[in-house]
Amino acid sequence: MAHIDTDEPTRRDFLYVATGAFAAVGGAAAIWPLIDQMNPDASALALASIEVDLSSIEVGQSITVQWRGKPVFVRRRTAAEVEEAKSVPVETLPDPIARNDNLSGDVPATDANRAAEGKEEWLVMVGICTHLGCVPKGQKVGDAKGDFGGWFCPCHGSHYDTAGRIRKGPAPQNLEVPVYSFLSDDRIKIG
Amino acid sequence: MSHEITYTPSNAFTRWLDERLPIMGLAHHMLEYPTPRNLNYWWTFGGILTFCLLTQIVTGIILVMHYTPHVDLAFNSVEHIMRDVNYGWLIRYVHANGASMFFLAVYIHMFRGLYYGSYKAPREVLWILGVIIYLLMMAAAFMGYVLPWGQMSFWGATVITNLFGAIPLVGDAIREWLWGGFAVGNPTLQRFFSLHYLIPFIILGVVVLHIWALHVPGNNNPLGISVKDEQDTVSFHPYMTVKDALGLTVFLLLFAYFVFYNPNVLGHADNYIEADPLQTPPHIVPEWYLLPFYAILRAITFDIGPIDSKLGGVIAMFGSIAILFVLPWLDTSKVRSARFRPLFRQFFFLFVVVCLGLGWAGGQSPDRTIFTSSEVIGTYESAGEADAAIAEAVSQTDATADMFKKHDVIEDGVYGVEVERVDYAFDVASLSLVLTILYFAYFLILLPLLGLIEKTKPLPESISKAVLAEKDA
Ligand code: HEM
Ligand code: FES
Repeated sequence: MAHIDTDEPTRRDFLYVATGAFAAVGGAAAIWPLIDQMNPDASALALASIEVDLSSIEVGQSITVQWRGKPVFVRRRTAAEVEEAKSVPVETLPDPIARNDNLSGDVPATDANRAAEGKEEWLVMVGICTHLGCVPKGQKVGDAKGDFGGWFCPCHGSHYDTAGRIRKGPAPQNLEVPVYSFLSDDRIKIG
Repeated sequence: MSHEITYTPSNAFTRWLDERLPIMGLAHHMLEYPTPRNLNYWWTFGGILTFCLLTQIVTGIILVMHYTPHVDLAFNSVEHIMRDVNYGWLIRYVHANGASMFFLAVYIHMFRGLYYGSYKAPREVLWILGVIIYLLMMAAAFMGYVLPWGQMSFWGATVITNLFGAIPLVGDAIREWLWGGFAVGNPTLQRFFSLHYLIPFIILGVVVLHIWALHVPGNNNPLGISVKDEQDTVSFHPYMTVKDALGLTVFLLLFAYFVFYNPNVLGHADNYIEADPLQTPPHIVPEWYLLPFYAILRAITFDIGPIDSKLGGVIAMFGSIAILFVLPWLDTSKVRSARFRPLFRQFFFLFVVVCLGLGWAGGQSPDRTIFTSSEVIGTYESAGEADAAIAEAVSQTDATADMFKKHDVIEDGVYGVEVERVDYAFDVASLSLVLTILYFAYFLILLPLLGLIEKTKPLPESISKAVLAEKDA
């Protein structure tokens, strides 16, 4: 290639750069499908919501249902458990944010912001420890419930209280409250 | 010391082939390759590792002929391999224990390199390729362990993939991308299967580069001094091939012990229970060879500035491997072998103890106490009275309620509740933290400093002189 000494970029320099840039963008566009195929597919997204019948749950009982491959805890709390959760000052919580997908913004983690709206005995949460994803104990009679009477994650020792808020241990956040709504007094739809 | 290829084809066919593909010359180079004459048995692990990789590939390809990567069928297909397939039990036990033997060999191989300074110039690239192989091995073994779809498979995969959730901003998106869903499930199993098949062949490719990078500067040796002339070396074949064969034979005895007499001792009983996404086993532990890193992960239980404890643990864990990549530039000593570095030698053995300690800690429950400083404040007739005593102590002193522990006791046939105030508890998490700090201190503080202050012993003039002197003595 003939070489002409000039400080000005030549027409050929421009064509080089433009061709290279075009190839880079094209290459990136071609790689995207190879990466995106690993994201949740249409069949995984289709399982987006389930309905749960609550009529057989007595006060003090819990059930676990599966939603999008994850366990969801539904607990009908006793009055004492609700009182205990209400008595904790929000400022003293390791995670003072409600983590409730039904409420917008970072509202404080009061018991009212964690429990079902207007039905404070019901608590619905994704049963996955916010540390590294184990299922905390506390759903069954005889399970360890931790130092705060709620749930206890045996994997690395996280203690959750009766509103599912992290109180002690390595988990950084309160248990997530998924999007759900009451269809009737004893039926909810999760998702 | 680069070794020239001196092969001359001896007949018409090899001459014809050599002009087209000089593969005979390569084989000739491999056999004639000069090795230091003083290599000891720690140098046989390279050959042992090659054997391990090939064993995993051969047994793995056979397992795939009978295995089904689907959440509904995987567990049963592995049981089918164990019960119905001819010699299936043998092939699976060789593959499962083979992974452990592979890691045992790689750890010995790596500590050998640390002790004799094999990572120093001119072997930095060789060392880095080794660390890459080690990383790929961990990825392969982790994904392989998921395939039988037992409880440990599922929950191990859950805990490890959740580590990526600690990454700020994009963590959740990465996690769902890895899972192909909203939790570990069938898409996860299938992609892990695909990658588990692929990675060993990538390892094979990197092994070729590793050996190439070995054959340019040549082997290090127990004295750590460079080869000077032909007197210092012997030909790879038959000297090293025979030595490697003996090393491998002894290694195979241990391998056979596990496969035939104790095939499940290195595994976990929970993995013979089919995966259940709603039930976490009481104690999740990774395979033994990943335990030190698991301990480092759990050692960080506090926030460091803007980094929360979860991200901190993940950074420390990846950092503990990443640091191996820069090791050649952290060690400031020009002398390679620990034989001539009296201080380094002692710290090296301490470092081995730290690594073993981390391995132990990784297998324990993090709140298991090792020792405590506590005081019994009294024994009460009922739990109610004990609670009252605790409440009183909390209101009158600056102790908090979670410092007190209650135990049932029977004294002279009378039931009572003993209350103990735990002032200080040293648990497994604290031990892990201490050991993690020591681990990093070894690389970041000790190795840079030692090279500057240590008085090393005089180096022998040459390998052959040292070998002869040893023979005379
Ligand atoms: C770096 C080499 C390899 C390592 C470290 C490795 C490791 C492992 C481990 C730890 C397991 C779990 C064993 C158990 O507990 O049941 C496993 C399973 C499996 N591996 Fe590999 N593997 C390697 C290479 C391969 C290759 C090359 C293939 C296929 C070509 C393969 C196919 C399989 C299959 C089908 C299973 C599931 C059956 C079973 O669980 O026994 N592996 N691997
Ligand atoms: S996963 Fe629950 S404490 Fe770690």
